[in-house]
Amino acid sequence: MEKRVTFKGWMLPLLLLTPQVLVTAFFFFWPAWQAVYQSLFIPDPFGLRSQFVGLGNFEFLLGDPFYRASFWTTAIFSSLVTLASMGFALWLAVMADRLIKGSGAYRTLLIWPYAVAPAVAGVLWLFMFNTRVGVISWYLGQAGYDWNHVLNPNEAMGLVVIASSWGRISYNFLFFLAGLQAIPKSVIEAAAIDGAHFWKRFWTIVFPLLSPTTFFLLVVNIVYAFFETFGVIHTITTGGPQQATTILVYKVYSDGFVGQDLGSSAAQSVILLVVVGILTIIQFRYIERRVHY
Amino acid sequence: MSTISLKSVRKSFGKTEVIHGIDVEVADGEFIVIVGPSGCGKSTVLRMVAGLETVTGGDIAIDGNRVNDLEPMERNIAMVFQNYALYPHMSVFDNMAYGLKIAGMPKAEIAERVQTAAKMLQLEEYLTRKPRQLSGGQRQRVAMGRAIVREPSAFLFDEPLSNLDAKLRVQMRLEIKQLQRSLGTTSLYVTHDQVEAMTLADRLIVMNAGVAEQIDTPMHVYEHPASIFVAGFIGSPSMNFLPAKIDTGRSTLSLESGANVSAEGLVLAAQSGREIIIGIRPEHLELASPDRADLTLHIAAVETLGADTLVHGSIAGAGVDGTKNASFAARLPGNARIAEGETLPLRIADGALHLFDRQSEKRIAEI
Ligand SMILES: Nc1ncnc2c1ncn2[C@@H]1O[C@H](COP(=O)(O)OP(=O)(O)OP(=O)(O)O)[C@@H](O)[C@H]1O
Ligand SMILES: [Mg+2]
Repeated sequence: MEKRVTFKGWMLPLLLLTPQVLVTAFFFFWPAWQAVYQSLFIPDPFGLRSQFVGLGNFEFLLGDPFYRASFWTTAIFSSLVTLASMGFALWLAVMADRLIKGSGAYRTLLIWPYAVAPAVAGVLWLFMFNTRVGVISWYLGQAGYDWNHVLNPNEAMGLVVIASSWGRISYNFLFFLAGLQAIPKSVIEAAAIDGAHFWKRFWTIVFPLLSPTTFFLLVVNIVYAFFETFGVIHTITTGGPQQATTILVYKVYSDGFVGQDLGSSAAQSVILLVVVGILTIIQFRYIERRVHY
Repeated sequence: MSTISLKSVRKSFGKTEVIHGIDVEVADGEFIVIVGPSGCGKSTVLRMVAGLETVTGGDIAIDGNRVNDLEPMERNIAMVFQNYALYPHMSVFDNMAYGLKIAGMPKAEIAERVQTAAKMLQLEEYLTRKPRQLSGGQRQRVAMGRAIVREPSAFLFDEPLSNLDAKLRVQMRLEIKQLQRSLGTTSLYVTHDQVEAMTLADRLIVMNAGVAEQIDTPMHVYEHPASIFVAGFIGSPSMNFLPAKIDTGRSTLSLESGANVSAEGLVLAAQSGREIIIGIRPEHLELASPDRADLTLHIAAVETLGADTLVHGSIAGAGVDGTKNASFAARLPGNARIAEGETLPLRIADGALHLFDRQSEKRIAEI
């Protein structure tokens, strides 16, 4: 029997498809094409004329120490965000998994930060670390540490990493907890009888069995750190001081909209597009053949 | 090699007590089977011995040392789980070697022990495979191997065969028995399968609702069940029960139906009028001529098994469970030709009656 839905004419199917096609075309293909197209030109500051430069924009970017620094910044930033949010989430999940009572409340509380938009989270953290009125910076001052992320690049990086990781911990926590709870209890008990203490069990049994979850989260978190942290950086440091927190996505924005160098900005978008593509391919290949035992 | 002793061991989860005081002394090398219906607390007892559950009352000792407060790893026991609980990311070799590696045993010795165990369990070809590449029976063997290589003082089994199909279960049952005999390791084995229990055990612990109803050899449990529960639980089809009254004057037991059962051979001095329940195993009923019959069975169904014929039906007069007619089963020779819908005059074999008190449901000793 024919299981597919069959249409008499081609008008109705076309009509049904149109909205999706339009949305995709309008919000993805058109901008993507625009980016690729514009990356080959240098427009004049008023946008009246553009000059074709071929791969000139790319050549310039790859030779530009600021752009290369931004790559480096992105690498550091996303490694730190991924590591911090996953490490902390894993630790919390392991603790929650050990809890017998009250784990429901604990879990609910841990999920809340995920509901806070990145920009709002950024503002919250900015308040707490504000060099003049911030609660945390005041305590740090009391403790003899002079916090100033406006001037100190490392402190600025630290702050955006904290603010970006914070909301992410919830998300990672949920996945880790589900992963932990999917490990049969008897396997852990068998290891305990075999003589393995808690941490030994963790590293030799639990962590390897969590690897599918860990790998999935690794990819997802890197993508997050690359692209979705714009709001945090924009509200907290606007890429500063001295570009210390200008990750690639932020540089696309600041070069294009602030610096008005649209050609370079477009070229950067194209490079980012390629990076997303690679990450997505890794992710899909992984989902297709999961690390399973 | 070692002994295990439980002294009025109790267990509560929160406010609910699920084990109400169990006493048992397991001798060195003995194979003890804990059997009972689902939820009676078999696993809980085993897990307390393993150290996976805390003990809320009483003492557990292994080799004479109180182990209540010891971690599982400090008790020198090995456990085989129902779902095998193999480490899925490790090869068969590594699964077996895991405990030895942690104990810091030299590599050469680990390899030797694993090889020996693998040979014993016919797992040599599979040592490099992952558990998921094995059949259920092979996985079960790996779990056994993991227990064997550590040379523990005791093996604890929690329904190790219940995930296997019927045929494999019989085979593995024999293998476990042989293995335990040759190693001579003290074993506690939990099952709800009474055939497994009867065939494996040196001694049985029949549990019901958190209490050990009887602890004895399988044959003794079968022949002298300590309570109605045990009598009904061990044996298949299960024992038939009829309410009755002792009538010393005539040396008979009068059934509720009005019929009398001869109590020859039973000395029932000064028990007249006592309300009891009599138990008769299906295999202790014989065909008889109507005038010599003790009971008349109204046949409902006949199962021809070849060697035996099982006849199910009812006996007039109230059953112990309050039913109007007591349901009844008889195991007759395979060559007995019986048609459904008939009535069947049956005689109770000599000395085959079991008497239980109606109130306490405990066995009445042959006084
Ligand atoms: N962690 C627990 N918390 C609360 N109650 C429990 C817990 N574990 C077991 N119980 C209760 O204790 C009783 C005995 O459980 P146990 O698992 O020992 O039964 P079992 O005899 O092994 O049954 P089965 O044959 O189904 O495995 C049950 O009533 C069960 O509900
Ligand atoms: Mg159980």
